[in-house]
Amino acid sequence: MAKELWEGNAAIAEAAIRAGVEAFFGYPITPQTEVLEHFSKRLPELGRVFLQAESEVASINMVYGAACAGARVMTSSSSPGVSLMQEGFSYIACSEVPAVVTNIMRGGPGLGNVQPAQGDYFQAVKSAGHGDFHMIVLAPANVQEAIDLMVLAFDLAEKYRTIVMFVADGSIGQMMEPAEMPPMRPVRPPEERPDWALTGAQGRKPNIITSLYLGAENMERVNLRLQAKLKEIAANEVRWKEYSTEDADLLLVAFGTVGRVCQTVVREAREKGLKVGLLRPITLWPFPSGRIAELAEQVRGVLVVEMNAGQMVEDVRLAVEGRRPVRFYGRMGGPIPLPDEILPEMEKLDAECR
Amino acid sequence: MATVEIPADMELVYKYPESLTEAHTHYCPGCTHGVIHRLIAEVLDELGVRERTIGIAPVGCSVLAYYYFNMDFAEAAHGRAPAMATGLKRVSPDKVVFTYQGDGDLAAIGTAEIIHAVNRGELFTTIFVNNAIYGMTGGQMAPTTLPGQVTTSSPYGRDVETAGFPIHMAELVGQLPGAAYVTRQAVLDVPGIRRTKKAIKLAFQTQLAGLGFSMVEVLSTCGTNWHMGPLEALEWAKEHMVEYFPLGDTKMTDRVRALKEGK
Amino acid sequence: MQEEIIISGFGGQGALFAGQLLAYAAMEQGFHVTWIPSYGPEMRGGKARCTVVVSDEEIGSPLVRRPSAAIVLNIPSMEAFEPAVKPGGMLVVNSSLVPQQSERDDIRVVYVPASDLATELGNVRLANVICLGALVKATGVVPLAAVEQALDNHLPERHRKLLGLNKEALQKGAELAGDG
Repeated sequence: MAKELWEGNAAIAEAAIRAGVEAFFGYPITPQTEVLEHFSKRLPELGRVFLQAESEVASINMVYGAACAGARVMTSSSSPGVSLMQEGFSYIACSEVPAVVTNIMRGGPGLGNVQPAQGDYFQAVKSAGHGDFHMIVLAPANVQEAIDLMVLAFDLAEKYRTIVMFVADGSIGQMMEPAEMPPMRPVRPPEERPDWALTGAQGRKPNIITSLYLGAENMERVNLRLQAKLKEIAANEVRWKEYSTEDADLLLVAFGTVGRVCQTVVREAREKGLKVGLLRPITLWPFPSGRIAELAEQVRGVLVVEMNAGQMVEDVRLAVEGRRPVRFYGRMGGPIPLPDEILPEMEKLDAECR
Repeated sequence: MATVEIPADMELVYKYPESLTEAHTHYCPGCTHGVIHRLIAEVLDELGVRERTIGIAPVGCSVLAYYYFNMDFAEAAHGRAPAMATGLKRVSPDKVVFTYQGDGDLAAIGTAEIIHAVNRGELFTTIFVNNAIYGMTGGQMAPTTLPGQVTTSSPYGRDVETAGFPIHMAELVGQLPGAAYVTRQAVLDVPGIRRTKKAIKLAFQTQLAGLGFSMVEVLSTCGTNWHMGPLEALEWAKEHMVEYFPLGDTKMTDRVRALKEGK
Repeated sequence: MQEEIIISGFGGQGALFAGQLLAYAAMEQGFHVTWIPSYGPEMRGGKARCTVVVSDEEIGSPLVRRPSAAIVLNIPSMEAFEPAVKPGGMLVVNSSLVPQQSERDDIRVVYVPASDLATELGNVRLANVICLGALVKATGVVPLAAVEQALDNHLPERHRKLLGLNKEALQKGAELAGDG
């Protein structure tokens, strides 16, 4: 299929459609409303389910219900709306049904604004809801990657019966880039829904989907099972991209939009004679800690750049374990750090680590 | 369960519904949840839909309802059963879906979810059990607690000046255009139990015919948290609750009426 | 080769659409391209601005502080971006609405009375395309024919009847840049 110019939000929705999403439940919120609008146009014409819910609380519970039925389902929101969904994330994680949620992050805290930001890293990676669980968190840096990761999100959600969160900042949602859509996958017919799903207890024992386990031992057993699954995910699903790291002696770590901005920084730094490489995490959970630890042995210092007050930098420090200095540069509430701000930080690090 | 051959000169007049499991419930002695469970089970058996029915349990005393119903079941977050039922039914339109909810679940924390599900005319059935108190957490004031009623969180009696009045869900929901059949019944005596069963059956028939949302509010008791014996609780409910929450239909569309009258 | 172009004006002046046309043309020429708007909560009015990066290699930052070229459709845009253009860069000014002259001697400036010319052509809203024609001609970022083709392919259905006028506007802008 040829490349077309896709706006990020529409591309995300269309990619989900190509991946065979059967139902979308959501609530409008800037800067991701175009995701909902694209679904509202396309799903009915394809005979699939689109429903504009009364709130994000309802959206995520509709997703939960449809996921219990074994349908491929998703919702989409932006930061304040995602906060409202956290109850549902926890239930879905414990019940082990597959679901996909996108967070087109905006400036916060509070109502914040509608500008691009990455302030929800902690929420996505470390505190998705109450109790012990992680979501798989995918973070694209461009429109093509957003499309590819959207398809992957459904595959991972179903493979591990887990919740997958797709995080992008508002600028990826609003920008346009040439990209190629995957071919349309056929929607799974209802009779092929998984055997754990609630499809009616016809000729079999009833299926029960719950996150209630009374008794300490019972709840611990469930937790141990969830943790074993998370361990398996952590072992198999870490994804990242590297740029010019082969000979690098200074390392940049950044994700999403600022990750791609740092590609420019690498180029400009090398023109100035600094041997800078970039590691861009694609899965924020599981985090590419192992690879960062390896690179920490190779480089003199690490600079982490984010559109927040310094969140992922904590995970980088945990991975580096004090072997090298780890410095941070960030902007909050909307400004995207540009190469001419990041480069001087890189030069400072270079001077510090000589 | 033991199997007994029925002699030729005898008629089977009672049997355990297939739609119930044989588990012993955890409900308190005298609690009416067991009666309501059984009525639902009998109706699903009679309609022959057990194998395509999916129930959604609430948070509250009936949180473990899925142990007692012999069919596919999901457990919802507190108040969210109508949203879950919406998602489930929309992707499984050929299934029979019902939520089983208490007064805290449906009339307090889940008010938005029920109102909007009804307003969209979602094709599922809600069984709403109203016993005017929070049972599972130990007897706190519910949105349906009567004025002056003493609970552990209204120790001086419900003061309507500060806590508002009990909420009439059947009337509220019945007003919405998406509702096809909404009624309030009570399981406080045998005639009431029989009427409740008929109402539950009509509610599921409404769903099966695709006529719109259906809900049966069932006035119920909580002897334990009312600090009364089972019989005393039934009498108290008849005397006080029925007065505040009048029995009868708050919505019956013409098509549901035709269904009821077998037209 | 990399060009970073900012197009800026009031909401309704078509800055975003002009940028999209350029992005389509660049894509169809086989370039890497990014189009990114600045966006706010308002539906109408306000500022409208986009950044288009056209490159023959993978694009890192889709935003720049100092563009290699800019189109300024109104006074606030002139004030914001005239100083920002990189030395050696290119500035297209809608002189119908922007009375001031650039004081810079390290950039090329083309003054196009685009709103007036657009009104003469029959629709004031063609000013964006006139300026785009001037910018494309003056920078050579893509062939003018590629933008014409982008108009053929991507002018929204509801503006289809204006296709001929849009092409005229594009040519008009290009001619003026040639004179400048």
